[in-house]
Amino acid sequence: MSSDTPFLQGIHRLAVLLAGYVVLLITAGGLVKSLEAGLSVPDWPLSYGMLNPPRWWQIENVRAEHGHRLIAGTVLLLTLALVIWIVRREPRKWVRGVALVAFAAVLAQAALGGITVLFFLPTAISVSHAGLAQLFLGFLVVLAVVTSRRWVSGESARNLAGPVGRIASLATATTVVIYLQILLGAVMRHTGAGLAIPDFPLAFGGLIPPRLDFAIGIHFAHRVGALIAATLVFWLLGRVLRYASLERVVVIPTWLLAVMVLVQGTLGGLVVLTGKAVLPNTLHVGNGALLLALSLVVTLWARRLDWVAHQQGDVAEVEVFGTRRLERAVS
Amino acid sequence: MKKISLLMVFALIATVLVVGCGGGGDQAAAPAQQADSAPAAAPGPAATGSGTIEGNAKYINGDPDAVIGMDADPVCASLHPGEVHTEKVVIDDDGNLANVFVYVKSGLEGKSFPVPGTAHMLDQMGCQYKPHVSGVQVGQKLVVRNSDPTLHNVHARPKSNKEFNQGQPFQGMELEHTFDKAEVMVPFKCDVHPWMSSYMAVLEHPFFGVSSEQGSFGIENLPAGDYVLEAWHEEFGTQTVEVTIVDGDTAVVSFDFSPGATASAG
Repeated sequence: MSSDTPFLQGIHRLAVLLAGYVVLLITAGGLVKSLEAGLSVPDWPLSYGMLNPPRWWQIENVRAEHGHRLIAGTVLLLTLALVIWIVRREPRKWVRGVALVAFAAVLAQAALGGITVLFFLPTAISVSHAGLAQLFLGFLVVLAVVTSRRWVSGESARNLAGPVGRIASLATATTVVIYLQILLGAVMRHTGAGLAIPDFPLAFGGLIPPRLDFAIGIHFAHRVGALIAATLVFWLLGRVLRYASLERVVVIPTWLLAVMVLVQGTLGGLVVLTGKAVLPNTLHVGNGALLLALSLVVTLWARRLDWVAHQQGDVAEVEVFGTRRLERAVS
Repeated sequence: MKKISLLMVFALIATVLVVGCGGGGDQAAAPAQQADSAPAAAPGPAATGSGTIEGNAKYINGDPDAVIGMDADPVCASLHPGEVHTEKVVIDDDGNLANVFVYVKSGLEGKSFPVPGTAHMLDQMGCQYKPHVSGVQVGQKLVVRNSDPTLHNVHARPKSNKEFNQGQPFQGMELEHTFDKAEVMVPFKCDVHPWMSSYMAVLEHPFFGVSSEQGSFGIENLPAGDYVLEAWHEEFGTQTVEVTIVDGDTAVVSFDFSPGATASAG
């Protein structure tokens, strides 16, 4: 157990705040791409040779790109503050390691952002920029969760009604699939394949496109990936409700995940049906990041509960008496 | 808690600093020398011939140009009290088609032509590129000016030449550039104002023209010979026609981009 680990409320709150801020940053990045405003500020790290170009907040595309940079700069500074704080106060070596990796990731992310502007948005760099943003968010989610009061207290998983390891495995798979799905989406967006299949929910009027090229293929793969991700999310929700229905740390984020995955599907459809209108297109990106964060939260907590159960020797009891305990909990 | 507060204050101050600081930075481009603002007229070659091509471009029954919404930048919107149209398909009531780039595509191989000493001007005026379609010679100085009281970025996206993207945050700024390879066409765009586009041909020779709002164009001082003339339009693609030039004479050609129509020379 981690009972010797102190609960550092300030670090935890800053990590939660920062993770939320990064979801906002990713949404702002989605807005830049939705407006095709990535090159509206042609230089980097300055903007038109200065910190703030004239009237930047009045001009739509410059507001999007420069605003994205301002939010990113703030995230960089907040990350630096968080990492310094963690390195100085956090006793767990691996947590300090995650913090340092997060800082390296945000530096690399800033560099990718600059490179993609200076080299006119090469697809590989832009997709890497999108992919690393999600990894960075993942590191912050890890820091936010593992610095929480419940995590460091080593509190037992009292309310489990079954093998939580099954939840952990499924949640891990869900998180990986969502991340891969986001990468597919990034490739689709940055290769201009967002409308390669012009109808929704069907594809050229059928279930499968009648022909395949790269654009149609990547678009269709993103749709198939969405179905797989949604299936996993609802499967996960079923398992959570069956085995850990009283564990708020997994139930709440899983319910949110299930609701937001439906929202995500709706947004994806709207992107196609509106011809990539800016609002659904942008929200689709931001909500994707939220899905990844929620799935990772469920994964971390499921693994934590599983680990605690093993440490306390509760696993056998849980598996043997799981059904009975669930019935008691329900009644 | 004290440390938390300190960190929050630090983050807030940093944000305010990043957001709040602005104003004058170094300008991205130095003022250029005097430039020739005539968009379509090719500088005359050094007495290489006395043949002339005259012609007309048409597109019958075309849809009128779409209206541009400039609300994305209030300054641009304020520069136009009335409607502003895209310059993609500019036709008059008789179907005369503007912004068709006409040039000698082949027949001049092995010949060289002096590079004009005057610069070609591409202006950003009223949040539109002026001219919308134009041409320069390889090595000729190009000056891009920002005549608007708002910022622009000048983003050239050639395939054979080197791509560039430069900011012009202040009115009156100019940048200079020369293309070193022939290329038809080099698209220009402003990523700040997505409706802004321009097309510029880069040729080894000066024998080109752009159709006016009356659909007419002319190419002068051509040496006698057989040529392939190509007409390019951003929406309708290209048409070619073979033409024979005799010294002192004028050849008349026409390009009709209407569905089913073709080019002709007489």
